[in-house]
Amino acid sequence: MQGMWAFIHKLGSPPWFFGFSGTLVRWLLPVTVLLLAVGAYWGLLVAPPDFRQGNSYRIIYIHVPAAVVALAGYYVMAIAGAISLIWRIKMADVAMRAAAPVGAVLTAVALVTGAIWGKPTWGAWWVWDARITSMLILLFLYLGVVALFEAYENKTAAAKACAVLTLVGTVNIPIIYKSVDWWYSLHQPASLKFTGESAIDASMLYPLLVMIGAFYLLFAMSMLLNMRAELLWQHRNAHWLRQRLDVS
Amino acid sequence: MQSVDRPSLSLLTAFGRQFRRHGQALMASLADVANPLLFFFMVVTLFPLGLGPDPQQLASMAPGILWVVALLASLMVSARMFASDFEDGSLEQMALAPHPLSVLALGEVAAHWLATGCLLALVSPLFAMMLGLPPQGLGVLVLSLLLGTLCLTLIGAVGSALTVSIRRGGLLLSLLIIPLNVPVLIFGSAAVTEAVMGRDPSTWLTLMGALAAGMLALAPLAVGAALRISLDS
Amino acid sequence: MYFESLAAAWHMDGHGGYVWMAYALTTIAVVLMVWLPLARFRRHLRWVSADQLRQDGDSQL
Repeated sequence: MQGMWAFIHKLGSPPWFFGFSGTLVRWLLPVTVLLLAVGAYWGLLVAPPDFRQGNSYRIIYIHVPAAVVALAGYYVMAIAGAISLIWRIKMADVAMRAAAPVGAVLTAVALVTGAIWGKPTWGAWWVWDARITSMLILLFLYLGVVALFEAYENKTAAAKACAVLTLVGTVNIPIIYKSVDWWYSLHQPASLKFTGESAIDASMLYPLLVMIGAFYLLFAMSMLLNMRAELLWQHRNAHWLRQRLDVS
Repeated sequence: MQSVDRPSLSLLTAFGRQFRRHGQALMASLADVANPLLFFFMVVTLFPLGLGPDPQQLASMAPGILWVVALLASLMVSARMFASDFEDGSLEQMALAPHPLSVLALGEVAAHWLATGCLLALVSPLFAMMLGLPPQGLGVLVLSLLLGTLCLTLIGAVGSALTVSIRRGGLLLSLLIIPLNVPVLIFGSAAVTEAVMGRDPSTWLTLMGALAAGMLALAPLAVGAALRISLDS
Repeated sequence: MYFESLAAAWHMDGHGGYVWMAYALTTIAVVLMVWLPLARFRRHLRWVSADQLRQDGDSQL
């Protein structure tokens, strides 16, 4: 327990974090690329086609991981924001700001791949089913955080405002998802279900799990890279940074 | 301003003061009260113009149309909620007061709701008839809008508090709170739709009530925090 | 591999266009997610190096 607190304390220190993240990213990049490649190859070329949808279902191997990680990313952003507000740790600010664009891009990927998947499956580029509609609202929530940050001139205040907004959004996300669910079942006859729940076969599940893991690593890596760039700029005149960069 | 030897106000009195002050300010300015209603009136008119005058089509869409327009009207008034206080410095006074900013702000929000959202809800049957909403839906419309505009005003207060220090923050405010308004819209329009169909709207109304209760408890905290951030920026 | 040939994998019984387009777009997004922050990092690094040279130059005057 003591060790864990010490670790968390060190994470808040820019010099320590800078060094730690540098090593971590160097290791994370090849692992992520490998996992993405393995998962994509498995899902695209090895797994059997779906009984009802044929080969178009293979988009699931990017659509679902992107959607899952996009939603998780919002919670990462919220936790970072909460830490920044409650304990006033500047590193948490940097983490929150680093997570936002990554989450937004992944949400967009989930939406676009969902639309591409929809065309051969249901004949339309866009269907207002519960999951896709919820994803769209999640995208709006992400973009709102980014827009709010850009609108404030005082960036310290901007970070705090975004933390408040993200926390408000976090409390609302379960309500939004549930209400969209109920909205969908209210307006659609029960027989017509666009995204039906069906038991997924093991041969299709494993590559999906690999891809979900790969996307989580991708999120972490992109977030860390964003944080490193931000820290480098924030502390560009700091003695410890100049020393570290001259040495390496 | 208080002198040192005067006994300090109780929380309830301070709340009441804010409520009265803003209530009076809103009542004094006819524009602040009438404009949202006029907006509602005019935008409701746009729908038949855009969709065609077919009464059956309009009637079937009426619950959704009325609710969307109410949401838009709420967005428009939210932008002004803390603006005048921010500009004339009374917001800073509120922040320095010994009472929690969240409660004082709630006084302002309450006055705002009564003058805008509540009024809109009570007047809505007029516009509902223009769209041909069947009479069995009218009561639920008013009730859902009463609860719903309360939620929308509370959410709008959070957005307004976050954007009050930003120039032309009105559009940004809309971007921020439209996603948060979605559940209110869904519950409200569903309640009215169910009532029109002759089914039981009570589940949706209960959900709306729960939402309102939750927001009444939590939104002021966010508003207080956001106001302080805006003042500091 | 499930498919009999590369051509079959490309075609995917008519769905190939959709599947490969989705994967291509995602690959672009993934590359951007990694490349853009790296480019920003290197840009800042160049600024720091240049600034350090300026400082060293000033101190020698």
